Amino acid sequence: MELINKIPDGPLDQKWTKYKNTARLVNPANKRSIEVIVVGTGLAGSSAAASLAEMGYKVKALCFQDSPRRAHSIAAQGGINAAKNYMNDGDSTYRLFYDTIKGGDYRAREANVHRLAEVSANIIDQCVAQGVPFARDYGGLLDNRSFGGTQVSRTFYAKGQTGQQLLLGAYSAMSRQIGKGNIQLLNRHEMLDLVVVNGKARGIIARNLVTGAIERHSAHAVVLCTGGYGNVFFLSTNAMGSNVTAAWRAHKRGALMANPCFTQIHPTCIPVSGDHQSKLTLMSESLRNDGRIWVPKFKEDAEAIRAKRLKPTELTEDRRDYYLERRYPAFGNLVPRDVASRAAKERCDAGFGVNATGEAVYLDFASAFERYGKQQATVKGLHNATQEEIIALGKKVVEEKYGNLFQMYEQIVAENPYETPMMIYPAVHYTMGGLWVDYELMTTIPGCYAAGEANFSDHGANRLGASALMQGLADGYFVLPYTIGNYLADEIRTGKISTDTPEFEEAENRIKKQIEALTQNNGTTPVDHFHKKLGKIMWDYCGMARNEEGLKFAISEIQKIREDFYKNVRIPGAINGMNPELEKALRVADFLELGELMCKDALERNESCGGHFREEYQTEEGEAQRVDDVYNFVAAWEYSGNPSTPNLHKEALVYENIKVQSRSYK
Amino acid sequence: MENGMNLTLKVWRQQNAEAPGQMVEYKLGNVSPDMSFLEMMDVLNDELIRRGEDSIAFDHDCREGICGMCSMFINGEAHGPNRGVTTCQLHMRSFKDGDTIFIEPWRSAGFPVIKDLMVDRSAFDRIQQAGGFISVNTSGRTMDANAIPVPKSDADKAFDAATCIGCGACVASCPNGSAMLFVGAKVSQFALLPQGQPERKERVENMVKQMDAEGFGNCSNIGACEVQCPKSISIENIGRMNREYLAANLKP
Repeated sequence: MELINKIPDGPLDQKWTKYKNTARLVNPANKRSIEVIVVGTGLAGSSAAASLAEMGYKVKALCFQDSPRRAHSIAAQGGINAAKNYMNDGDSTYRLFYDTIKGGDYRAREANVHRLAEVSANIIDQCVAQGVPFARDYGGLLDNRSFGGTQVSRTFYAKGQTGQQLLLGAYSAMSRQIGKGNIQLLNRHEMLDLVVVNGKARGIIARNLVTGAIERHSAHAVVLCTGGYGNVFFLSTNAMGSNVTAAWRAHKRGALMANPCFTQIHPTCIPVSGDHQSKLTLMSESLRNDGRIWVPKFKEDAEAIRAKRLKPTELTEDRRDYYLERRYPAFGNLVPRDVASRAAKERCDAGFGVNATGEAVYLDFASAFERYGKQQATVKGLHNATQEEIIALGKKVVEEKYGNLFQMYEQIVAENPYETPMMIYPAVHYTMGGLWVDYELMTTIPGCYAAGEANFSDHGANRLGASALMQGLADGYFVLPYTIGNYLADEIRTGKISTDTPEFEEAENRIKKQIEALTQNNGTTPVDHFHKKLGKIMWDYCGMARNEEGLKFAISEIQKIREDFYKNVRIPGAINGMNPELEKALRVADFLELGELMCKDALERNESCGGHFREEYQTEEGEAQRVDDVYNFVAAWEYSGNPSTPNLHKEALVYENIKVQSRSYK
Repeated sequence: MENGMNLTLKVWRQQNAEAPGQMVEYKLGNVSPDMSFLEMMDVLNDELIRRGEDSIAFDHDCREGICGMCSMFINGEAHGPNRGVTTCQLHMRSFKDGDTIFIEPWRSAGFPVIKDLMVDRSAFDRIQQAGGFISVNTSGRTMDANAIPVPKSDADKAFDAATCIGCGACVASCPNGSAMLFVGAKVSQFALLPQGQPERKERVENMVKQMDAEGFGNCSNIGACEVQCPKSISIENIGRMNREYLAANLKP
């Protein structure tokens, strides 16, 4: 199979304009008889569904949640990047493009990323027109903040709830089209298969989660906006329901899966508290602006802290190791996510971790309290302020900036982070890999598209903060509406697609058989047992650090868990009704195949880049070492019929506008 | 955890919308105070499945208090005893060893039970579809975002109203089953912004009409909704909606 990425010719900054000028169009009368299915209603899905319906297509939108507004984009905290240059600090489309490619450790496509940067400004305009209440200055204009170590302030935000506000904006646009009858909403529906007829995506099989009915839905195109697959690790910052099923089923019907091993582990999450843990909670990256990260310098102190014989506040400065400041003096606590996460793991593995599990480091605001306190004392003219008064003033400033996060932390951990340092540890957060798509966001199955986190295209091997929201909305509002017409222009004579065909029947039977096999196996063990086992293997061997031996071991373990799962899983309840355990089982069945592919991909990539750190490929100082002359490609995996023997295809990455360099944060 | 709490749970079980439901008692031991309430439910479900019984269905997704999916009525209060949190943010340290905990679904004519603790809140979606939007199509040529300045205080108030997560705790807490805090929050968000002005009248009329059609009751100023709201949405949004509705219906 040859991967044709369809990138237009010409200079980088004119490719998208050229594409739009020459893409084929579908006239309004024909659009009315063309159907599009959009699966998932996060930022990419709801923006795509709304935009396509406004254009005149007949849209069906599916979500597994009870309402489209609940998709996990809602939980994004920090912000959304856009090259508006409102701050007059030298930002531009090119700089946003450059930062994104570099941040991705030179493993993303130039043309896609440049287009993303080009449309970023439109997103902000669109959202403001919809009534999204972004943060504003006293003059009434939009405010920006800096994020993730970039040198400009290009992040638009709505307190710590930017994802919520953006998603509700897209949801309102979508609701308007549902009200007009242009979108048919199928909530509490989960896609379980893609139906391919004569090589083209022609519909899906979905399960009505309330009635259990297996339904056939046909369309001229299917758009998968189904998010990332971080829940393969069981514990992640993803929502409980986030899953890979729709993408994975498309993969099994012929869509290639690209760079599946590229996973982002976010450095600042609340550590695991026990075996009962069901998910992990992120503490916004913005905290690293003011918090200093450390562990005890001496092992006996770390042991004493773990045994609760010693409090962190009792350790003097000379007994602390501010390891990020020590290793990366130039960037300190503000190194990119992948670097910060690995450094925390390194210290904890070496025995310096701090909570009962030994897997936590401190994020300490004591020096910020003092710094802000002194500032406030000066502003208020308190020249003889005592140390206590200064600290109290400083705490107030920190509370104004991060109060809701401190509160959230206290709620979960039951410790007051104003009095004792926060404990944090890295957690799985985002997956850069995903379905392989060309410049038009089409997968290798004609008529099947993937947008948002579900595709692989824009973030390379590491995503920058505040760029996920940007990509989801770019794909849904401003890319797909243009590119999908180029395909659908050939479909104007197709007419209504029948679901009464052998292909639909075969797909439906396949799903029914799988459900029967899972529910009639006389098993004894709940789904979560297998999911947790898989997650532990993935985290230990395909997490922040990977090596050949571990990956090979993980692959054989996953095969065993998969076999055990089908034999011993127990799903109570009826299949013809609401059955959350059955939903979970169908998702875990796919994670059990994806996990193996991720390990294979990590094993195949004999280099370290971005979030993919192979222990065999590091510099003397322990930094990631890329191998550009061999691995400067997208690894796109084809399903062979057996999850253990996928076929690898390579798309070479060509850099014409950026000089490929190695990242340094020293 | 060896020294965890022992609890008695009385949980509403109902097979489907048509079936009659009942409270069923379960004993659960070794509950860690560090568990979230939903993790406690996970442990109970794990035990039920291993015993060959059907697990308890409940809605949940993000488990960090923002998606609005979790919806349990715990000891007679929406989202349980704590203020400003959702069920998923409630931790077992809020309970004591030996406690009996009553767990029910949202109860309201507008929210029929689907199964056990899971209810159908699609009425909220239909209210949104009736008018909870600004009629602007996706366009590569909208005006620049900074073309319309919005006074910071208006923008902040609009934001506060917009933080509603649509969980339905307001309806579940209201003796009248009123959805006016939810609808008022959305009406307020747009009424406070310049972008919302052109459709101001139609919006409030259409949303209120749909709200009534869904069978939600009226506000009689009890205020339970504001107290139980996990996002502390202010009841002043109901006042603003009433004012908007009145203004929309006055003859010019």
